[in-house]
Amino acid sequence: MIQAENLSLGYDSGANIIHQLTLTLTPGHITALVGPNGCGKSTLLRGLSRLLKPAHGAVYLDGQDIHAMKAKDLARQLGILPQAPTAPEGLTVHELVAQGRYPHQNWFQQWSGDDERIVAEALEQTNLTLFADRPVDTLSGGQRQRAWIAMALAQQTNVLLLDEPTTYLDLAHQIDVLDLLAELNEQGRTIVMVLHDLNQAARYADTIVALRGGQIVAQGTPDQVITSENILQVFGLDADVIVDPVTGTPLCVPIGRRGGRNKKAAASINGKVKTVIPA
Amino acid sequence: MTHLSSYQTRILGSRVLLLPGLLLSLVLLIGCLLWSITLGAADITPQVVYAALFDFDEAEFDHVIIQTVRLPRVIAGVIVGAALAVAGAIMQGLTRNPLADSGLLGINAGAAFAVVLVVYLLGTPSLSVYAIAALIGAGLAAAFVYGIGAFGGATPLRLTLAGVILTAFVSSLTTAILIQDQETLDRIRFWTAGSLGGRDFAIITQTAPLIAVGLVGALLISRQITTISLGEDVAKGLGQDTLRIKLIAAALVVMLAGGAVALAGPIGFVGLVIPHIARFIAGVDYRWIIPYSAVLGGILVTLADVAARVVLRPLELPVGVMMALVGAPFFIYLARWKVKR
Ligand SMILES: Nc1ncnc2c1ncn2[C@@H]1O[C@H](COP(=O)(O)OP(=O)(O)O)[C@@H](O)[C@H]1O
Ligand SMILES: [Mg+2]
Repeated sequence: MIQAENLSLGYDSGANIIHQLTLTLTPGHITALVGPNGCGKSTLLRGLSRLLKPAHGAVYLDGQDIHAMKAKDLARQLGILPQAPTAPEGLTVHELVAQGRYPHQNWFQQWSGDDERIVAEALEQTNLTLFADRPVDTLSGGQRQRAWIAMALAQQTNVLLLDEPTTYLDLAHQIDVLDLLAELNEQGRTIVMVLHDLNQAARYADTIVALRGGQIVAQGTPDQVITSENILQVFGLDADVIVDPVTGTPLCVPIGRRGGRNKKAAASINGKVKTVIPA
Repeated sequence: MTHLSSYQTRILGSRVLLLPGLLLSLVLLIGCLLWSITLGAADITPQVVYAALFDFDEAEFDHVIIQTVRLPRVIAGVIVGAALAVAGAIMQGLTRNPLADSGLLGINAGAAFAVVLVVYLLGTPSLSVYAIAALIGAGLAAAFVYGIGAFGGATPLRLTLAGVILTAFVSSLTTAILIQDQETLDRIRFWTAGSLGGRDFAIITQTAPLIAVGLVGALLISRQITTISLGEDVAKGLGQDTLRIKLIAAALVVMLAGGAVALAGPIGFVGLVIPHIARFIAGVDYRWIIPYSAVLGGILVTLADVAARVVLRPLELPVGVMMALVGAPFFIYLARWKVKR
């Protein structure tokens, strides 16, 4: 279980970005962090994973202050994928995934048969076995993101933090990556990710945490968090929230300045949608 | 899986070829060394070289030449080549900067300035003072360039610019000293352009231990360098103490570049060119890039020194000038096509 207590985070250069934030991440859940650009989602994720030292407060993993832990001990329990990581040119998928074994190795115990097996499993799970010898930079965006996830899998951590794992992917690949993460979650991993798409967050997350200005505005189940009032408060955006016809989760429909343009058509479609979906 | 092999980006695609490839490079290096020894003011046949090395007769003039002039010269070349290439490999891995090189980033110039300054102030200092001065100069230059270049994020171009500026500044100071002090100039004119001429075993034994420590240290942290080459955040996420690795690596670079400059003056471009060739042959794993760089760096400097002695015979060019002829076009190629903006 990860707990942040009175956590304040900032960069050397200036004021704090995250202010006095207290948060408990439920084990076994998928938690989505949402919020406008620059509200501190990445900063929070970095603080939760020790990439950034707290200015105040602390982060606890199963009751232990993560900054008091040994770096490798933490890395065996918690993995993090930063936003849009780039692999060195020519690094193959297998070589990348093998790096996931880093926290499990030391001077006396270098590469072992176990490591090789775990890497093979990670490749299998991410559907990359056939691409093991391909340089990461020659893969499509979706495959590349899966390769990084495979590296984090080879790390064999119970907790996985991901910063915008679907950004820059087309819709089909976004869903592909999210399905993969949902699968990993079903196997018992706790997943915390920054997502931009509220509807995807509503579909895939058990818990949504909405941030604005470095503070939590709302948290809870998708039904609790994705409401017109919250969307207005967090993003400053007028939106209707209806029921996702496929999953039954809340679906955010932004109104925008031009939302009133085609009211007649909207009314008739609304009528149809309402008749299609049983209450 | 043949349809996938077209993506191969390295010559030795299979790991089992890496060790034989390295041994082959080593054999090539030894061949280059022997060839280099035969060349000079008077060419000496390979038979005589062999005899001079393994059946030394101090009554033979050629034997004496080989043992006291040519052998130290080629040994110095190998040591310097290995040191500069490995220093470049470490820097490129650490900074993810394809233009990182102790020459381009001003570390060689800093070491050279410190040596010139010491010669100017102390006259003819003992050889160990050269090495210490070079170390201090290299260290200060590295700290300075990192400090300036990292201001607002150490992008490749920022770092390189900071290095270029430092090199220009420090080199003009070096020139100023040399111009106003004829005696210093005469003693080290060739050296300041990077030269293997007139190196003897006394200076080699002063600098070689430093470089040996640098090379062994580089091998010991090579696995960590591969990990940090994925990016600092990723490396930290994998449990690496990146600050410690960076400090160790910086110390190794200073030892390697400082030692090389004390031995042969500031020779540029070896550390720029060789790691790219090593990656082209062996891939992205620094456990292999580092030994390959060491051997290939030795080969490159040896060949450049051969060329420096042969092109204008009987005149001899500083090897640093030859390296610049090879290195400058390569730099343009890298800057044009390999630096992501
Ligand atoms: N490395 C950094 N140094 C200084 N300020 C930063 C750094 N990274 C982000 N910030 C600032 O922190 C704020 C929050 O950024 P971030 O956490 O990346 O937001 P988000 O991920 O929600 O878009 C922004 O104002 C940004 O300018
Ligand atoms: Mg972000």
